[in-house]
Amino acid sequence: MKSLVLTAVLALTLPLAACGSDSDGDAGGGSGGETTTLTVYAAASLTATFEEIGKKFEAEHDGVKVEFDFGGSSNLVTQIQEGAPADVFASADTANMDKLVDADLAGGDPQDFATNTLEIATPPDNPTGVASFQDLAKKGLQLVICAPEVPCGAATQTMADNLGVTLKPVSEEQSVTDVLAKVTSGEADAGVVYVTDVTAAGDAVTGVTFPESGDVVNTYPIAPVEGTDAEDLADDFVEFVLGDTGQSILADAGFGQP
Amino acid sequence: MATRQRQVGLPAWIFVPAALGAALVLLPLVGMGSRVEWGSFFELVTSDSALTALSLSLRTSLVATVLCLLLGVPMALVLARTSFRGQGLVRSLVLLPLVLPPVVGGIALLYTFGRRGLLGSELDALGIQIAFSTAAVVLAQTFVSLPFLVVSLEGALRSAGARYEEVAASLGARPTTVFRRVTLPLVLPGLVSGAVLSFARALGEFGATITFAGSLEGTTRTLPLFIYNLRVVDPDAAVAMSLVLVVVAVLVIAFARPGRSTW
Repeated sequence: MKSLVLTAVLALTLPLAACGSDSDGDAGGGSGGETTTLTVYAAASLTATFEEIGKKFEAEHDGVKVEFDFGGSSNLVTQIQEGAPADVFASADTANMDKLVDADLAGGDPQDFATNTLEIATPPDNPTGVASFQDLAKKGLQLVICAPEVPCGAATQTMADNLGVTLKPVSEEQSVTDVLAKVTSGEADAGVVYVTDVTAAGDAVTGVTFPESGDVVNTYPIAPVEGTDAEDLADDFVEFVLGDTGQSILADAGFGQP
Repeated sequence: MATRQRQVGLPAWIFVPAALGAALVLLPLVGMGSRVEWGSFFELVTSDSALTALSLSLRTSLVATVLCLLLGVPMALVLARTSFRGQGLVRSLVLLPLVLPPVVGGIALLYTFGRRGLLGSELDALGIQIAFSTAAVVLAQTFVSLPFLVVSLEGALRSAGARYEEVAASLGARPTTVFRRVTLPLVLPGLVSGAVLSFARALGEFGATITFAGSLEGTTRTLPLFIYNLRVVDPDAAVAMSLVLVVVAVLVIAFARPGRSTW
Protein backbone atom coordinates (compact mmCIF):
# COMPACT_ATOMS: atom_id res chain seq x y z
CA MET A 1 0.00 0.00 0.00
CA LYS A 2 2.79 2.37 0.95
CA SER A 3 4.60 1.90 -2.33
CA LEU A 4 1.32 2.26 -4.18
CA VAL A 5 0.74 5.62 -2.58
CA LEU A 6 4.26 6.71 -3.36
CA THR A 7 3.93 5.69 -6.99
CA ALA A 8 0.64 7.50 -7.25
CA VAL A 9 2.08 10.67 -5.73
CA LEU A 10 5.02 10.61 -8.10
CA ALA A 11 2.76 9.87 -11.05
CA LEU A 12 0.67 12.92 -10.18
CA THR A 13 3.44 15.34 -9.39
CA LEU A 14 6.14 14.51 -11.93
CA PRO A 15 4.24 15.81 -14.96
CA LEU A 16 3.70 19.06 -13.06
CA ALA A 17 7.38 19.33 -12.30
CA ALA A 18 8.17 18.66 -15.92
CA CYS A 19 6.03 21.47 -17.23
CA GLY A 20 7.56 23.80 -14.66
CA SER A 21 11.02 23.34 -16.17
CA ASP A 22 10.05 23.43 -19.79
CA SER A 23 13.57 24.22 -20.92
CA ASP A 24 13.43 23.46 -24.58
CA GLY A 25 9.68 23.42 -24.52
CA ASP A 26 8.09 21.79 -27.52
CA ALA A 27 4.76 21.83 -25.73
CA GLY A 28 2.21 24.41 -26.77
CA GLY A 29 3.56 26.06 -29.90
CA GLY A 30 0.48 25.89 -32.12
CA SER A 31 1.77 28.37 -34.70
CA GLY A 32 4.44 26.36 -36.46
CA GLY A 33 8.09 26.88 -35.35
CA GLU A 34 8.91 25.53 -31.93
CA THR A 35 9.76 27.86 -29.07
CA THR A 36 12.67 27.38 -26.75
CA THR A 37 12.52 28.90 -23.32
CA LEU A 38 15.63 30.26 -21.66
CA THR A 39 15.29 30.74 -17.92
CA VAL A 40 17.49 33.45 -16.46
CA TYR A 41 17.92 33.92 -12.71
CA ALA A 42 19.06 37.46 -12.12
CA ALA A 43 19.66 39.78 -9.18
CA ALA A 44 16.71 41.98 -8.27
CA SER A 45 18.70 45.11 -9.17
CA LEU A 46 18.82 43.89 -12.79
CA THR A 47 15.04 43.70 -13.20
CA ALA A 48 14.48 46.58 -15.64
CA THR A 49 17.69 46.18 -17.65
CA PHE A 50 17.48 42.42 -18.07
CA GLU A 51 13.86 42.59 -19.14
CA GLU A 52 14.91 44.99 -21.87
CA ILE A 53 17.91 42.88 -22.81
CA GLY A 54 15.62 39.84 -22.87
CA LYS A 55 13.28 41.53 -25.34
CA LYS A 56 16.18 42.47 -27.64
CA PHE A 57 17.55 38.94 -27.36
CA GLU A 58 14.18 37.45 -28.29
CA ALA A 59 13.97 39.78 -31.27
CA GLU A 60 17.29 38.51 -32.58
CA HIS A 61 16.56 34.85 -31.86
CA ASP A 62 13.54 33.35 -33.58
CA GLY A 63 11.44 31.04 -31.49
CA VAL A 64 13.24 31.90 -28.27
CA LYS A 65 11.47 33.06 -25.15
CA VAL A 66 13.46 34.43 -22.23
CA GLU A 67 11.93 34.05 -18.81
CA PHE A 68 13.30 35.77 -15.73
CA ASP A 69 13.28 35.09 -12.06
CA PHE A 70 14.47 38.18 -10.23
CA GLY A 71 15.34 38.10 -6.54
CA GLY A 72 18.06 38.52 -3.96
CA SER A 73 21.20 36.87 -5.39
CA SER A 74 21.66 34.71 -2.32
CA ASN A 75 18.07 33.46 -2.58
CA LEU A 76 18.53 32.65 -6.24
CA VAL A 77 21.77 30.75 -5.79
CA THR A 78 20.17 28.73 -2.99
CA GLN A 79 17.30 27.84 -5.30
CA ILE A 80 19.67 26.77 -8.06
CA GLN A 81 21.55 24.59 -5.60
CA GLU A 82 18.23 22.96 -4.76
CA GLY A 83 17.67 22.19 -8.42
CA ALA A 84 15.75 25.19 -9.72
CA PRO A 85 15.56 25.11 -13.54
CA ALA A 86 17.87 28.05 -14.26
CA ASP A 87 19.86 28.21 -17.50
CA VAL A 88 21.76 31.40 -16.69
CA PHE A 89 22.62 33.04 -13.38
CA ALA A 90 23.48 36.72 -13.04
CA SER A 91 24.57 37.71 -9.56
CA ALA A 92 24.87 41.12 -7.96
CA ASP A 93 28.18 40.19 -6.36
CA THR A 94 31.04 37.75 -6.72
CA ALA A 95 30.39 36.08 -3.36
CA ASN A 96 27.14 34.52 -4.51
CA MET A 97 28.57 33.57 -7.90
CA ASP A 98 31.39 31.85 -6.02
CA LYS A 99 28.76 29.73 -4.26
CA LEU A 100 27.55 28.55 -7.66
CA VAL A 101 31.11 27.78 -8.78
CA ASP A 102 31.89 25.97 -5.53
CA ALA A 103 28.82 23.79 -5.99
CA ASP A 104 30.14 22.84 -9.48
CA LEU A 105 27.04 24.39 -10.98
CA ALA A 106 28.67 27.04 -13.18
CA GLY A 107 28.82 25.92 -16.81
CA GLY A 108 31.92 27.94 -17.66
CA ASP A 109 33.91 30.71 -16.04
CA PRO A 110 31.74 33.53 -14.70
CA GLN A 111 32.31 36.81 -16.52
CA ASP A 112 31.92 40.27 -15.02
CA PHE A 113 29.44 42.34 -16.99
CA ALA A 114 28.61 45.36 -14.84
CA THR A 115 29.42 47.25 -11.68
CA ASN A 116 27.19 49.13 -9.33
CA THR A 117 27.67 51.51 -6.45
CA LEU A 118 25.51 52.56 -3.55
CA GLU A 119 23.26 55.57 -3.34
CA ILE A 120 20.84 56.78 -0.72
CA ALA A 121 17.18 56.83 -1.70
CA THR A 122 14.76 59.09 0.14
CA PRO A 123 11.09 59.86 -0.44
CA PRO A 124 10.58 62.66 -3.01
CA ASP A 125 12.21 65.95 -1.98
CA ASN A 126 14.14 64.29 0.84
CA PRO A 127 11.91 65.51 3.71
CA THR A 128 14.41 64.65 6.45
CA GLY A 129 17.27 66.37 4.66
CA VAL A 130 19.70 63.48 4.44
CA ALA A 131 22.88 64.84 2.86
CA SER A 132 25.56 62.24 3.50
CA PHE A 133 26.10 58.61 4.42
CA GLN A 134 26.97 59.79 7.93
CA ASP A 135 23.51 61.37 8.19
CA LEU A 136 22.00 57.88 8.04
CA ALA A 137 23.07 57.36 11.64
CA LYS A 138 21.00 60.36 12.79
CA LYS A 139 18.76 59.61 15.71
CA GLY A 140 15.10 59.13 14.85
CA LEU A 141 15.77 58.58 11.16
CA GLN A 142 13.81 55.62 9.83
CA LEU A 143 16.51 53.83 7.90
CA VAL A 144 15.96 50.67 5.88
CA ILE A 145 18.85 48.67 4.44
CA CYS A 146 19.39 45.23 2.90
CA ALA A 147 20.12 42.32 5.22
CA PRO A 148 23.88 41.66 5.42
CA GLU A 149 23.57 38.33 3.58
CA VAL A 150 22.37 39.92 0.33
CA PRO A 151 24.90 41.83 -1.82
CA CYS A 152 23.47 45.32 -1.27
CA GLY A 153 23.49 44.65 2.47
CA ALA A 154 27.07 43.44 2.40
CA ALA A 155 28.10 46.56 0.47
CA THR A 156 26.20 48.80 2.90
CA GLN A 157 27.92 47.10 5.82
CA THR A 158 31.35 47.54 4.24
CA MET A 159 30.64 51.19 3.55
CA ALA A 160 29.51 51.78 7.13
CA ASP A 161 32.61 50.04 8.47
CA ASN A 162 34.88 52.04 6.16
CA LEU A 163 33.38 55.30 7.32
CA GLY A 164 33.14 54.28 10.95
CA VAL A 165 29.38 54.86 10.94
CA THR A 166 27.11 52.71 13.08
CA LEU A 167 23.81 52.21 11.29
CA LYS A 168 20.68 51.50 13.29
CA PRO A 169 18.19 50.42 10.64
CA VAL A 170 14.53 49.88 11.50
CA SER A 171 14.40 47.01 9.04
CA GLU A 172 16.77 44.75 7.12
CA GLU A 173 15.15 43.58 3.90
CA GLN A 174 15.82 40.54 1.75
CA SER A 175 16.36 42.38 -1.52
CA VAL A 176 17.14 45.85 -2.76
CA THR A 177 13.69 46.16 -4.30
CA ASP A 178 12.13 45.57 -0.87
CA VAL A 179 14.20 48.46 0.50
CA LEU A 180 13.05 50.67 -2.34
CA ALA A 181 9.41 49.68 -1.71
CA LYS A 182 9.69 50.84 1.92
CA VAL A 183 11.05 54.19 0.71
CA THR A 184 8.54 54.75 -2.09
CA SER A 185 5.66 53.92 0.26
CA GLY A 186 6.96 56.65 2.55
CA GLU A 187 7.44 54.35 5.52
CA ALA A 188 11.19 54.83 5.56
CA ASP A 189 13.02 58.17 5.62
CA ALA A 190 15.96 56.72 3.78
CA GLY A 191 17.17 53.48 2.27
CA VAL A 192 20.54 52.39 0.97
CA VAL A 193 20.16 51.03 -2.55
CA TYR A 194 22.13 51.00 -5.79
CA VAL A 195 22.64 53.98 -8.07
CA THR A 196 20.68 52.07 -10.71
CA ASP A 197 17.68 51.62 -8.42
CA VAL A 198 17.45 55.35 -7.89
CA THR A 199 17.62 55.91 -11.66
CA ALA A 200 14.95 53.27 -12.27
CA ALA A 201 12.61 54.61 -9.59
CA GLY A 202 12.44 58.00 -11.32
CA ASP A 203 10.26 60.53 -9.51
CA ALA A 204 9.20 58.07 -6.84
CA VAL A 205 12.38 58.75 -4.88
CA THR A 206 15.04 61.40 -4.52
CA GLY A 207 18.59 60.12 -4.68
CA VAL A 208 21.35 61.38 -2.44
CA THR A 209 24.86 60.69 -3.70
CA PHE A 210 27.83 60.67 -1.40
CA PRO A 211 31.51 61.08 -2.30
CA GLU A 212 32.67 57.78 -0.76
CA SER A 213 30.31 55.67 -2.91
CA GLY A 214 33.10 54.80 -5.35
CA ASP A 215 35.03 53.00 -2.59
CA VAL A 216 32.64 50.07 -2.45
CA VAL A 217 31.92 48.67 -5.87
CA ASN A 218 29.77 45.62 -6.48
CA THR A 219 30.80 43.59 -9.49
CA TYR A 220 28.12 41.62 -11.32
CA PRO A 221 29.20 38.27 -12.79
CA ILE A 222 27.13 36.11 -15.13
CA ALA A 223 27.48 32.43 -16.03
CA PRO A 224 25.50 29.65 -17.67
CA VAL A 225 24.27 27.04 -15.21
CA GLU A 226 25.85 23.60 -15.49
CA GLY A 227 23.59 20.90 -16.87
CA THR A 228 21.20 23.22 -18.70
CA ASP A 229 19.35 21.76 -21.67
CA ALA A 230 19.76 25.01 -23.53
CA GLU A 231 23.54 25.23 -23.30
CA ASP A 232 24.22 27.04 -26.58
CA LEU A 233 21.43 29.48 -26.01
CA ALA A 234 22.66 30.15 -22.48
CA ASP A 235 26.13 30.91 -23.86
CA ASP A 236 24.55 33.18 -26.48
CA PHE A 237 22.69 35.08 -23.80
CA VAL A 238 25.86 35.59 -21.75
CA GLU A 239 27.61 36.87 -24.89
CA PHE A 240 24.66 39.15 -25.60
CA VAL A 241 24.83 40.72 -22.15
CA LEU A 242 28.56 41.28 -22.59
CA GLY A 243 28.08 42.57 -26.16
CA ASP A 244 27.29 46.06 -27.41
CA THR A 245 23.51 45.90 -27.01
CA GLY A 246 23.63 44.51 -23.50
CA GLN A 247 26.34 46.91 -22.39
CA SER A 248 24.59 50.00 -23.74
CA ILE A 249 21.32 49.08 -22.02
CA LEU A 250 23.21 48.57 -18.76
CA ALA A 251 25.11 51.85 -19.18
CA ASP A 252 21.84 53.74 -19.77
CA ALA A 253 20.51 52.40 -16.50
CA GLY A 254 23.52 53.71 -14.62
CA PHE A 255 25.61 50.56 -14.34
CA GLY A 256 29.36 50.94 -14.62
CA GLN A 257 31.69 48.87 -16.78
CA PRO A 258 33.76 46.27 -15.00
CA MET B 1 -23.34 16.00 17.34
CA ALA B 2 -21.24 13.65 19.41
CA THR B 3 -22.77 10.43 18.11
CA ARG B 4 -21.21 9.72 14.79
CA GLN B 5 -21.97 6.13 13.85
CA ARG B 6 -21.88 5.22 10.23
CA GLN B 7 -23.60 2.12 8.95
CA VAL B 8 -23.08 2.63 5.24
CA GLY B 9 -19.60 1.75 3.97
CA LEU B 10 -17.59 4.00 1.67
CA PRO B 11 -16.81 3.02 -1.90
CA ALA B 12 -13.33 1.48 -1.98
CA TRP B 13 -11.92 3.92 -4.55
CA ILE B 14 -12.47 6.82 -2.17
CA PHE B 15 -9.45 5.67 -0.21
CA VAL B 16 -7.03 6.29 -3.07
CA PRO B 17 -7.51 10.06 -3.39
CA ALA B 18 -7.88 10.26 0.39
CA ALA B 19 -4.50 8.56 0.83
CA LEU B 20 -3.00 10.81 -1.84
CA GLY B 21 -4.26 13.85 -0.01
CA ALA B 22 -2.78 12.62 3.24
CA ALA B 23 0.52 11.91 1.48
CA LEU B 24 0.56 15.40 0.01
CA VAL B 25 0.35 16.84 3.51
CA LEU B 26 2.70 14.43 5.22
CA LEU B 27 5.42 13.79 2.62
CA PRO B 28 6.87 17.32 2.72
CA LEU B 29 7.23 17.01 6.48
CA VAL B 30 9.08 13.74 6.01
CA GLY B 31 11.22 15.42 3.36
CA MET B 32 12.11 18.23 5.70
CA GLY B 33 12.73 15.83 8.54
CA SER B 34 15.22 13.97 6.39
CA ARG B 35 17.32 17.13 6.07
CA VAL B 36 17.61 17.83 9.77
CA GLU B 37 21.16 17.70 11.11
CA TRP B 38 20.35 15.91 14.34
CA GLY B 39 23.91 16.16 15.63
CA SER B 40 23.83 19.93 15.82
CA PHE B 41 20.06 20.32 16.19
CA PHE B 42 20.06 21.57 19.76
CA GLU B 43 22.90 23.97 19.10
CA LEU B 44 21.17 25.37 16.02
CA VAL B 45 17.81 26.01 17.67
CA THR B 46 19.30 27.60 20.76
CA SER B 47 21.52 30.17 19.05
CA ASP B 48 21.06 33.71 20.31
CA SER B 49 19.22 34.94 17.23
CA ALA B 50 17.01 31.87 17.18
CA LEU B 51 15.99 32.38 20.79
CA THR B 52 15.42 36.09 20.17
CA ALA B 53 13.15 35.29 17.25
CA LEU B 54 11.36 32.55 19.18
CA SER B 55 10.74 34.76 22.17
CA LEU B 56 9.54 37.63 19.96
CA SER B 57 7.20 35.24 18.16
CA LEU B 58 5.77 33.84 21.37
CA ARG B 59 5.30 37.27 22.96
CA THR B 60 3.66 38.87 19.93
CA SER B 61 1.44 35.85 19.27
CA LEU B 62 0.26 35.84 22.87
CA VAL B 63 -0.62 39.53 22.77
CA ALA B 64 -2.35 39.00 19.43
CA THR B 65 -4.36 36.12 20.90
CA VAL B 66 -5.44 38.27 23.84
CA LEU B 67 -6.51 41.00 21.42
CA CYS B 68 -8.40 38.39 19.39
CA LEU B 69 -10.23 37.32 22.54
CA LEU B 70 -11.07 40.87 23.58
CA LEU B 71 -12.37 41.78 20.14
CA GLY B 72 -13.43 38.41 18.74
CA VAL B 73 -15.67 37.19 21.56
CA PRO B 74 -17.99 40.20 21.30
CA MET B 75 -17.94 39.88 17.51
CA ALA B 76 -18.93 36.21 17.65
CA LEU B 77 -21.71 37.01 20.14
CA VAL B 78 -23.12 39.74 17.95
CA LEU B 79 -23.01 37.47 14.92
CA ALA B 80 -24.51 34.44 16.67
CA ARG B 81 -27.07 35.99 18.98
CA THR B 82 -28.48 38.94 17.12
CA SER B 83 -29.92 39.44 13.70
CA PHE B 84 -29.79 42.65 11.75
CA ARG B 85 -29.95 43.68 8.15
CA GLY B 86 -26.78 42.94 6.27
CA GLN B 87 -25.51 40.53 8.89
CA GLY B 88 -24.50 38.03 6.25
CA LEU B 89 -22.45 40.69 4.52
CA VAL B 90 -20.81 41.79 7.76
CA ARG B 91 -19.91 38.20 8.55
CA SER B 92 -18.35 37.69 5.12
CA LEU B 93 -16.32 40.88 5.42
CA VAL B 94 -15.11 40.06 8.90
CA LEU B 95 -13.93 36.69 7.68
CA LEU B 96 -12.07 38.25 4.76
CA PRO B 97 -8.57 37.91 6.28
CA LEU B 98 -9.16 34.16 6.36
CA VAL B 99 -9.08 33.95 2.58
CA LEU B 100 -7.07 37.05 1.74
CA PRO B 101 -3.41 36.52 0.82
CA PRO B 102 -1.48 37.80 3.87
CA VAL B 103 0.71 40.05 1.73
CA VAL B 104 -2.46 41.83 0.60
CA GLY B 105 -3.41 42.20 4.25
CA GLY B 106 0.03 43.71 4.83
CA ILE B 107 -0.44 46.26 2.08
CA ALA B 108 -3.91 47.12 3.42
CA LEU B 109 -2.48 47.63 6.91
CA LEU B 110 0.35 49.72 5.50
CA TYR B 111 -2.05 52.07 3.77
CA THR B 112 -4.14 52.36 6.92
CA PHE B 113 -1.69 52.51 9.81
CA GLY B 114 1.45 53.40 7.87
CA ARG B 115 2.92 56.86 8.06
CA ARG B 116 1.19 57.99 4.89
CA GLY B 117 -1.83 55.81 5.53
CA LEU B 118 -5.43 56.67 6.25
CA LEU B 119 -4.79 57.13 9.98
CA GLY B 120 -1.10 57.93 9.59
CA SER B 121 -1.20 61.66 10.31
CA GLU B 122 -3.60 61.22 13.25
CA LEU B 123 -1.35 58.57 14.78
CA ASP B 124 1.68 60.74 14.08
CA ALA B 125 0.04 63.65 15.88
CA LEU B 126 -0.43 61.40 18.89
CA GLY B 127 3.24 60.46 18.67
CA ILE B 128 2.46 56.88 17.69
CA GLN B 129 4.70 55.21 15.14
CA ILE B 130 3.42 51.80 14.19
CA ALA B 131 5.42 50.84 11.12
CA PHE B 132 8.63 48.91 11.86
CA SER B 133 7.62 48.39 15.48
CA THR B 134 6.65 45.31 17.44
CA ALA B 135 3.15 46.80 17.57
CA ALA B 136 2.99 46.42 13.79
CA VAL B 137 3.77 42.72 14.14
CA VAL B 138 0.98 42.30 16.70
CA LEU B 139 -1.42 44.26 14.50
CA ALA B 140 -0.63 42.08 11.48
CA GLN B 141 -1.01 38.92 13.54
CA THR B 142 -4.30 40.04 15.05
CA PHE B 143 -5.60 40.99 11.61
CA VAL B 144 -4.99 37.54 10.17
CA SER B 145 -5.97 35.45 13.20
CA LEU B 146 -9.10 37.23 14.42
CA PRO B 147 -11.42 35.37 12.00
CA PHE B 148 -10.25 32.01 13.36
CA LEU B 149 -11.53 32.92 16.79
CA VAL B 150 -14.75 34.44 15.51
CA VAL B 151 -15.57 31.43 13.32
CA SER B 152 -14.81 28.87 16.03
CA LEU B 153 -16.75 30.70 18.67
CA GLU B 154 -19.72 31.56 16.50
CA GLY B 155 -20.02 27.87 15.57
CA ALA B 156 -19.85 26.89 19.24
CA LEU B 157 -22.45 29.49 20.19
CA ARG B 158 -24.83 28.35 17.49
CA SER B 159 -24.55 24.66 18.31
CA ALA B 160 -24.93 25.37 22.03
CA GLY B 161 -28.20 27.15 21.34
CA ALA B 162 -29.79 29.89 23.42
CA ARG B 163 -32.05 27.74 25.61
CA TYR B 164 -30.05 27.99 28.82
CA GLU B 165 -29.56 31.68 28.31
CA GLU B 166 -33.32 32.13 27.95
CA VAL B 167 -33.95 30.16 31.11
CA ALA B 168 -31.40 32.18 33.04
CA ALA B 169 -32.93 35.41 31.76
CA SER B 170 -36.43 34.26 32.66
CA LEU B 171 -35.18 33.63 36.19
CA GLY B 172 -34.14 37.24 36.40
CA ALA B 173 -30.47 37.16 35.48
CA ARG B 174 -29.19 40.34 33.87
CA PRO B 175 -27.56 40.08 30.40
CA THR B 176 -24.03 40.45 31.81
CA THR B 177 -24.70 37.73 34.37
CA VAL B 178 -26.11 35.44 31.69
CA PHE B 179 -23.03 36.03 29.58
CA ARG B 180 -20.63 35.40 32.46
CA ARG B 181 -22.40 32.50 34.18
CA VAL B 182 -24.14 30.68 31.32
CA THR B 183 -22.86 31.55 27.85
CA LEU B 184 -19.12 31.59 28.54
CA PRO B 185 -18.96 28.26 30.46
CA LEU B 186 -21.13 26.66 27.80
CA VAL B 187 -18.86 27.58 24.90
CA LEU B 188 -15.57 27.38 26.77
CA PRO B 189 -14.23 24.43 24.73
CA GLY B 190 -14.98 26.27 21.51
CA LEU B 191 -13.43 29.41 22.91
CA VAL B 192 -10.25 27.57 23.90
CA SER B 193 -9.84 25.87 20.55
CA GLY B 194 -10.54 29.14 18.78
CA ALA B 195 -7.92 30.89 20.87
CA VAL B 196 -5.38 28.13 20.22
CA LEU B 197 -6.02 28.32 16.49
CA SER B 198 -5.63 32.09 16.54
CA PHE B 199 -2.38 31.72 18.41
CA ALA B 200 -1.12 29.22 15.86
CA ARG B 201 -2.07 31.46 12.97
CA ALA B 202 -0.36 34.41 14.65
CA LEU B 203 2.77 32.34 15.22
CA GLY B 204 2.92 31.42 11.56
CA GLU B 205 2.20 34.89 10.21
CA PHE B 206 4.70 35.95 7.55
CA GLY B 207 3.33 37.83 4.56
CA ALA B 208 1.54 40.66 6.32
CA THR B 209 4.42 41.05 8.77
CA ILE B 210 7.19 41.36 6.20
CA THR B 211 5.12 43.79 4.13
CA PHE B 212 3.90 45.94 6.98
CA ALA B 213 6.36 45.57 9.84
CA GLY B 214 9.70 44.92 8.15
CA SER B 215 12.38 42.63 9.49
CA LEU B 216 14.73 43.51 12.33
CA GLU B 217 16.18 41.20 14.92
CA GLY B 218 14.49 41.51 18.29
CA THR B 219 11.86 43.99 17.09
CA THR B 220 10.01 42.61 14.12
CA ARG B 221 11.91 39.52 12.99
CA THR B 222 9.59 36.76 14.16
CA LEU B 223 10.41 33.09 13.74
CA PRO B 224 8.98 32.72 10.21
CA LEU B 225 10.87 35.81 9.03
CA PHE B 226 14.00 34.55 10.74
CA ILE B 227 13.69 31.20 8.98
CA TYR B 228 13.19 32.99 5.66
CA ASN B 229 16.42 34.94 6.18
CA LEU B 230 18.30 31.98 7.55
CA ARG B 231 17.53 29.53 4.76
CA VAL B 232 19.92 31.48 2.56
CA VAL B 233 22.94 31.64 4.81
CA ASP B 234 22.43 28.59 6.98
CA PRO B 235 19.99 26.05 5.50
CA ASP B 236 20.67 23.56 8.32
CA ALA B 237 19.61 26.04 10.95
CA ALA B 238 16.57 27.03 8.89
CA VAL B 239 15.44 23.41 8.72
CA ALA B 240 16.03 22.94 12.43
CA MET B 241 13.98 26.02 13.27
CA SER B 242 11.26 24.90 10.87
CA LEU B 243 11.06 21.63 12.76
CA VAL B 244 10.54 23.58 15.97
CA LEU B 245 7.55 25.28 14.36
CA VAL B 246 6.21 21.91 13.16
CA VAL B 247 6.39 20.62 16.73
CA VAL B 248 4.56 23.71 17.97
CA ALA B 249 1.92 23.19 15.27
CA VAL B 250 1.42 19.56 16.29
CA LEU B 251 1.02 20.61 19.92
CA VAL B 252 -1.50 23.24 18.87
CA ILE B 253 -3.56 20.67 16.98
CA ALA B 254 -3.46 18.32 19.95
CA PHE B 255 -4.74 21.17 22.13
CA ALA B 256 -7.38 22.48 19.79
CA ARG B 257 -8.89 19.18 18.75
CA PRO B 258 -10.73 18.08 21.89
CA GLY B 259 -13.00 21.13 21.53
CA ARG B 260 -16.13 19.71 19.93
CA SER B 261 -16.91 22.84 17.99
CA THR B 262 -17.04 22.41 14.27
CA TRP B 263 -15.80 25.29 12.18
